[in-house]
Amino acid sequence: MTGIVLETKGLKRRFGAFLATNDVNLKVERGARHALIGPNGAGKTTLINLLTGVLPPSEGKVFLEGEDITSLASFRRVKRGLTRTFQINQLFTDFTPLETVALAIAEREGIGHNLWRSIAGYGAVVDEAAALLDRFGLASVMGERTAILPYGKQRLLEIALAFASKPRVLLLDEPAAGVPEDERHEVLAIVSDLPSDVTVVLIEHDMELVFSFASRISVLVAGAIFTEGTVREISADPRVKAVYLGENA
Amino acid sequence: MNAISQDVTAMTDSSAATAESRAAKFMKRRNRIRFYEILVWIAAIAAIFVAPTKLLILTEIAILALFAVSLDLVLGFAGIVSLGHAAFFGLGAYIAGLMALHFIAEPVVGLIAAGLVSGVLGFLTSFLILRGSDLTRLMTTLGIALMMAEVANQMAWLTGGADGLGGFTVGPILGTFEFDLFGRNGYIYCLVVLFLVTMIARRLAFSPFGLSLKAIKGNPMRAGMVGVPARRRIVAVYSLAAVFAGMAGALLTQTTSFVSPDVLAFHRSADLLMVLVIGGTGYLYGGIFGAIIFTLLKDWLSVVTPQYWMFWIGLILVAMVLTGRDRLARWIEFLPDRFSRKEAGR
Repeated sequence: MTGIVLETKGLKRRFGAFLATNDVNLKVERGARHALIGPNGAGKTTLINLLTGVLPPSEGKVFLEGEDITSLASFRRVKRGLTRTFQINQLFTDFTPLETVALAIAEREGIGHNLWRSIAGYGAVVDEAAALLDRFGLASVMGERTAILPYGKQRLLEIALAFASKPRVLLLDEPAAGVPEDERHEVLAIVSDLPSDVTVVLIEHDMELVFSFASRISVLVAGAIFTEGTVREISADPRVKAVYLGENA
Repeated sequence: MNAISQDVTAMTDSSAATAESRAAKFMKRRNRIRFYEILVWIAAIAAIFVAPTKLLILTEIAILALFAVSLDLVLGFAGIVSLGHAAFFGLGAYIAGLMALHFIAEPVVGLIAAGLVSGVLGFLTSFLILRGSDLTRLMTTLGIALMMAEVANQMAWLTGGADGLGGFTVGPILGTFEFDLFGRNGYIYCLVVLFLVTMIARRLAFSPFGLSLKAIKGNPMRAGMVGVPARRRIVAVYSLAAVFAGMAGALLTQTTSFVSPDVLAFHRSADLLMVLVIGGTGYLYGGIFGAIIFTLLKDWLSVVTPQYWMFWIGLILVAMVLTGRDRLARWIEFLPDRFSRKEAGR
C-alpha cells in the first residue's frame, strides 16, 4: 500500500499575466503527512484549488491514484476520495452541525438523490453523524445553527465535514487559521489524531505544527516548488530560512 | 457500518451513544408537524362551510398557492431565481384546455397531462439556468416565458391566439363530481391537489435531496466539495417544480373553462415573486401564506381604491422588502411561542 497517491504534472495556473502556479510537479505518497509551506502569495491555496477542481488549471494535469482527474468536477473527485477544508470557513451557515455532517455522509453513501424518505429514517447516517461530531468535540452543539457557533467550533466542523466524506486524501488549508489560542489545542489535537491510512496534505504557517506533524515538506515560492524534503532537511536548509522564515520573523 | 464509526464507538462508548440518541431526536424534530400547518388545512376545509359565497376567491388563492409552492421549491430550496415561472403555468393551462377541447373532458387526466408536458419543458429549459448568476437566470427565465407567450399568441389555430381558448366544457371530476356554479367542487378539487402537492414537497424538503438543495443554495462551492452533484439536483428540482406549476395552470383552466393568453403574461411571474416575498421562502408554507395575503390584499385594495390598487401593492412591497428580507423570510419564527411550538410528543 505504498506509492504515489496524488500527483501533478506541469501544473500551471494564470490569472491574467500573473502566474500563480508555475509548473508544479508534486508527488504525495500514500499515508503521508505532507506539508506545503511558503510565504504569503506563494500560491499554496491556488494549488489546493487546482487539486480539488475549484479552479481549472491553465496547463498540466492532476492524477489521483494514477488516474487523470484534471477535468473532473469537484464532487466527482470527492467521490474518488479527494476532499479538502478551506482556509476561510465554507460552511452551510443555516444548517446545524448535525445536518451538515449528515448531508456529507448521505452523499457519500449515494442516498443524496432520495427525495421521498426523511433523513431521520436513515438511522445509520444519523448515528454516524453523531459519532463523528462527538469525536470532533461538537456533540454539545449539534443542534445549534452553525452561524452562531464560536469560531473554533466552526473550524472543527470545517474539518469534520471534510472527514465525513471519508477521504483517502485530505487537504487541510490552514486548519488552525484564526482560531483563538484557548481553542487552538482542540483543532491541533484533531489534526494530529487523523487516522494514519488517510493521506494528509497540510498548508500551515505555524512552523511548530508543521515540524511536529509533517513527514515531508514542500516549499512553495512564487508559484513554483522551491525545494522539497524531510522535516530535518527543510528545517536545516538555510535557503528556506531566507525565503520563508526570514520573511515571517 | 464502517471502520471509523466502530473506531469511534470503541473510543468513547457512552458519550457517542448519548450523542446518537440526541441526534436521532434532533432529526425527528426537524420534520415534526408544526401547529400552523394543521391550522392552515383546518381553516381551508372550514371555509367550505363558513364562507360558501367566497369559494371563487378561495379557489384563486389555492391555485396561486400551488403555483407559489412550485416556485418555492426552486427559489427557496435550490436558490434559483426565476422571473418566468408563468411559462410552465401557462403551458399547463393550455394543455388542460386542449385536452378538454379535443380529447377528454375528465379533468384529472388533463391535470396529469398538463403536469407532464410542463415538466418536459422544465427539464429542457433547466439546462439553460445551470450556469450564471442570479441576473442571467432572471433574464433567461424571463426570456423563455416571453417566447412562450408569443408562441401562444402566434399559433392562433391551436390556442385561439389573443381571443383565448374556449368552447370546451370540463366534465365531472373523476366522472362523479360536477363543477357547480358556486365553485364548491372546484374549490375542493383545487384544495385536494394543493394538499397533495404540498405533502409531496414536504417529504422532499426533509429528505437527503431537500438537504442537498439547501446546501447548493447556501454554499455551492462547499456543496460540490461534500459530493453533491449540483447540476443534476437542480435539473431534477426544476423539472419537478415545472410539473407542479403546470398543474396549477391546469386547475385555472378547469375551474374557469377558459384559457386566456394572460396565463403566460409577465405579471404572473412577477406577482408570484411578490407572493413569496410576502410569505417567505424555504419552508413551503410561505407560498400558501403569501398567496392568501396577496390575493386578499389585492381584492380589498381593488374595492377600496379601484383606480390605484397597483400603487398600494407597490408601496407595500417596497416597505416589506426594506424591512429586511431575512426577517420576512423567518416571520413564522416570530409568532408567539404557542403558535410555533411543536406538537407535543410527535
